[in-house]
Amino acid sequence: MALIIFIILSALCAGAVAAMIVSHNQAHSALFLVLAFSSLGGIFGLLDAPFAAVAQVLVYAGAIMVLFLFAIMMFNLRLPQAPEKKRLRIVLTAALGVILLAELVLAGSRALRGAGPRALSAAGDIAHLGRLLFSDYLYALEITSLLILAALVGALALAGKKEGE
Amino acid sequence: MAGYFWLIPLLPGASALVLLLFGRRLPRAWVAGQASVAVFLSVILSKAAFLHLAGRGAGAAGLEKTLFPWIASGSFSTSIAFHLDALSAVMAVVVTGVGFLIHVYSAGYMAEDRDHSRYFAFLNLFTFFMLVLVMASDIVLMFVGWEGVGLCSYLLIGFWFERPASAKAGMKAFIVNRIGDAAFIVGILFILANVGNTSFAAINAAPRSGLLSPGLVTLVAILLFVGATGKSAQIPLYVWLPDAMEGPTPVSALIHAATMVTAGVYMVCRLSGLYAASVPASSVVAWVGGITAVFAATMALVQNDIKRVLAYSTISQIGYMFIGCGVGAYAAGMFHLVTHAFFKSLLFLAAGSVIHALGGEQDMRRMGGLRKSLPVTYPVFLVGALAISGVPFLSGFFSKDAILTSAFAGGHFMIYGLGLIGAILTGFYIFRMIYMTFYGETRAVPPGRHIHEAPWTMTVPLVILAAFSALAGFIGLPVFFGERANLFGRFLEAVFGPASHQLASSTEAALVVAATVSALAGIGLAFVFYRRSPETPVQMAHRFSGIYRLLLGKYYVDEAYDAVFVRPILRGAERIYENFDLKVVDGVLNGSATAASLAGKGLNALQSGLVRDYALAFLLGAMLFLGFLLI
Amino acid sequence: MIPPAAFLVLAAVLFVMGIIAFFVKRDLLTQFMAVEVMLNAGNLAFLALTKALGKAEGQTVVLFVITVAAAEAVIGLAIIVLVFRQRKSIRTDELKDLKG
Repeated sequence: MALIIFIILSALCAGAVAAMIVSHNQAHSALFLVLAFSSLGGIFGLLDAPFAAVAQVLVYAGAIMVLFLFAIMMFNLRLPQAPEKKRLRIVLTAALGVILLAELVLAGSRALRGAGPRALSAAGDIAHLGRLLFSDYLYALEITSLLILAALVGALALAGKKEGE
Repeated sequence: MAGYFWLIPLLPGASALVLLLFGRRLPRAWVAGQASVAVFLSVILSKAAFLHLAGRGAGAAGLEKTLFPWIASGSFSTSIAFHLDALSAVMAVVVTGVGFLIHVYSAGYMAEDRDHSRYFAFLNLFTFFMLVLVMASDIVLMFVGWEGVGLCSYLLIGFWFERPASAKAGMKAFIVNRIGDAAFIVGILFILANVGNTSFAAINAAPRSGLLSPGLVTLVAILLFVGATGKSAQIPLYVWLPDAMEGPTPVSALIHAATMVTAGVYMVCRLSGLYAASVPASSVVAWVGGITAVFAATMALVQNDIKRVLAYSTISQIGYMFIGCGVGAYAAGMFHLVTHAFFKSLLFLAAGSVIHALGGEQDMRRMGGLRKSLPVTYPVFLVGALAISGVPFLSGFFSKDAILTSAFAGGHFMIYGLGLIGAILTGFYIFRMIYMTFYGETRAVPPGRHIHEAPWTMTVPLVILAAFSALAGFIGLPVFFGERANLFGRFLEAVFGPASHQLASSTEAALVVAATVSALAGIGLAFVFYRRSPETPVQMAHRFSGIYRLLLGKYYVDEAYDAVFVRPILRGAERIYENFDLKVVDGVLNGSATAASLAGKGLNALQSGLVRDYALAFLLGAMLFLGFLLI
Repeated sequence: MIPPAAFLVLAAVLFVMGIIAFFVKRDLLTQFMAVEVMLNAGNLAFLALTKALGKAEGQTVVLFVITVAAAEAVIGLAIIVLVFRQRKSIRTDELKDLKG
C-alpha cells in the first residue's frame, strides 16, 4: 500500500519538477513547484517524519513558493525567457547530470551499507524531537530564530525603498 | 729611502684613483700639478733606488718587497711582490723620468681640452701599470701590468672618442694586442704546468734545472715573444701603432715611443735566462727585429703625416732593440731602449709643438720654413734627429753601435747588414722630416697666421730631453775607450752576466766607421732630395710609381689583414647574431613572454562573468571531489 | 515496505534535475527556484537516512534547513527585485559584471 502511494507521490514530484524545467512561463514554473513540494511533503510523511512533512507543506509550499509568486506578480518579473537553446550546453549538462547521478547513487548505497533494516526507534516521535531541539540543539534553534529576524529586517531594508530613491 | 721603492708604482696609482673619482671637480692647475708631482715623487724614489743599487756594485740581488699574498690554488701560490734589480731600476728611472717630463708637457698641450682631468687620470693610471709591469717579481703580476698598459693605451688612443677614427684606432690597438696576449697567456700556462712557480728567478733557472725541456723552452720563449710583437709593434702585429697616432701627441710620446712599446723588450731581457738557453727562439727574436727594422723604415720614407713617420720609426727602432736581445746582447738592447726613450719622445713632443703652433696641422706637405718661427722647437728637433740617425757622439750613435757590433761579433752578418741598411733609411727619413717641416718656404695654410713658439711647460721638457738625447750616450762607451768605460753594461751585468764577445779594436773601429758612414749617407741623400733639388722626390715617385704606391699603401698589410681575418670574423659574428642571438636567445625570451601572455589570455576565458559558467565550475569540482571520495 | 534506497534514488534524481534546471534556465528567478529544488532533494536524503539509520538528528537538520531556506528565499528575492529595478532585466547572461 505504502509502496503505491510512494510511487504515485514520487512520480508526481518528479513530473512536476520536469514540467517546471520545460515550462516557458515563470508563473507556471512556480505553480509546478508548489505541486512538487506538496508531494514531497507527502513523501516525508511516508518516512515517519510527520513534523517535517507538515513543516514542508506549510513553509515551503505554502510560504516560500507563495513569496515567489508574489514576486512574479507584483514586480512584473514576468519576462518570459526561453530556456537554453544551444545544443552543446544541453548535451553537456545532461552528461554531467548523469555522471553526478551515478556518483550520488553510489554514495548513497555506500551510506546504506551499514544500515540495518528499516528499524526505526522513537525517531519519528515529535515529543522526542522537541526534547532534542530544546536540549542538544538549543543554540542552533535560538540562532535560527535570530536569523529569521535578520532576514526579515534585511528584506525590508533592501527592497523597501521606492524606485528612484 | 731605497727601501721605499715599492711606493714607486703606488704613488701614481693613488693619484690616478683620486683623479678618476674627483678630477672633474678639481681645478685644472691642481689636476695637472697633482699628476705631475705624483710621478715626480716616483722619479725621486727611482733615482734613490738606482743609486743604491749602483753603489752596491755588480752581483747585487736587488730589492724585494712582498705586499700581500694573492693566489693560492692547489700547489701554486703567488703574492703581489715587487722586485727591483738593475734592469728594473733602469726601466723605472726611464719610465718615471720621461713620464714626468711628459706630464709637464701635457699641462701645456692639453690646457684647453675639455676632458682635462680624465686625461691626467689615465696618464697616471698608465704610469702605475707600467711600473707594476717593470717591478713585478713574477710573470703573472707582470701580465697584470701588461694588460693594464694595454687598457690605458686603448683609453688614451681613443681619448677623443667622439672622432670615429680615434675610436676605431683604440679598438684596433686593443684587439691586435689581445691576439699577442693570447699567445702570452698560453706561454704562462706552459710555465705554470712545467715549472709550477711563476717568479722570474724560477723561470730563468728552469732551462738549467731541467724543469723545462729544450723544446718547451723554445716554445714558451716564442709564445711570449709573440705577445711581445703585439705590445711592441713588431711584425706581424705592428699594424695598430700607426693608427694609434690618433691620440694626443704626448700620449704618442709616452706610450708609443718611450714606455709601453718597449715592454716587450723589457720582457725578453727579464727572461734572458730563457732566451739565452734557446738558440732558435733567439734567432726568431733577432730576425723579426731585423726585418721589422728595415720593413718599417721603408714605409717611413714616404709618409706625409708628421706623426706617422715617427710611428714607423718607432717600430723600426724597436726592431733594433730586439736585434740586440736576439744576439744575446741584452745590455745593448736595453741601452738603445733608454736612448730611444729620450730622443723618440723628444721627437714626438717637438712634433707636437709644431702641430700645436700650426693649430692642428699634421701634414708635412703643408709645413715648411718653420725654422725661424719656432726657435726652440727647431734646434731640439735637430738634436733628436741627429741622435736617432746615429751621428757620432750623440746617444743614438753609441747605443745603435753597441747593437750592431754585438750582431757582427756574434756572427750574424746578415742581420748586421739589415741593421746597416736600416741606419741609412733612418737618416734619410728623419732628415726628410726636418727639411720638409723647417726649411723651404712656408707652405702652411693660412700663411698669414701668427705662428708662435710653445709655452714654457712644453719647451722646458723639450730642452731637457734634448740634453739627455745628446749626452746619455756617454754612459755606455764602447770598448776601445777602455774596459771600465761601459758603465751601463757593467751596471746590468748583475742581471745578465758579463758581456760575451770581444772584438779586435780594429774591427770595432771599422764597424763604427761603417755605421757612421751609413748614417751620413742617409742624411746626405735626404739633403739632395729635399734641399738641393726638391723636384727629385716627385720625379722618383713618378719613375718608381709602383714601389712608391706600395710603400705609401703600407704594403697593403692592413687591407690583407682586413680581408683575411677581420671581414670573415665579422661576417661569422653577424651570422651568429642573426641565427643564434636573434632567433634562439631572443626567441626563448620572447617565447616565454608570449607563453605567459597566452596562458593569461587562456585563463581569461574562464572569467566570463556569467554566473552559470561559474556554477558549472562548481559542479565539476563537486563531481571530481565526490568521485575522489568514492574511489 | 518501501526500501530506503528508493528514497535516496529519488533524492538523487531530484537533485540532478535541480542542477539541470539551473543550467537550462536563463533568468534569475527560475534559477533560484531550481536551487530550492536542490535543497529539498537534500532534505529528502536526510530523512531517508534518518529512517534507515535510526537516528533522530536527521529530522532536526531538516527542520533547520527548511527554516534557513525560508530566510534565504526572502533575502534572495529582495536582491532579485533590486537587480531588476537597477538593470531592468533579470536575464543572467546580461549580468556580467564579474567578467575578468
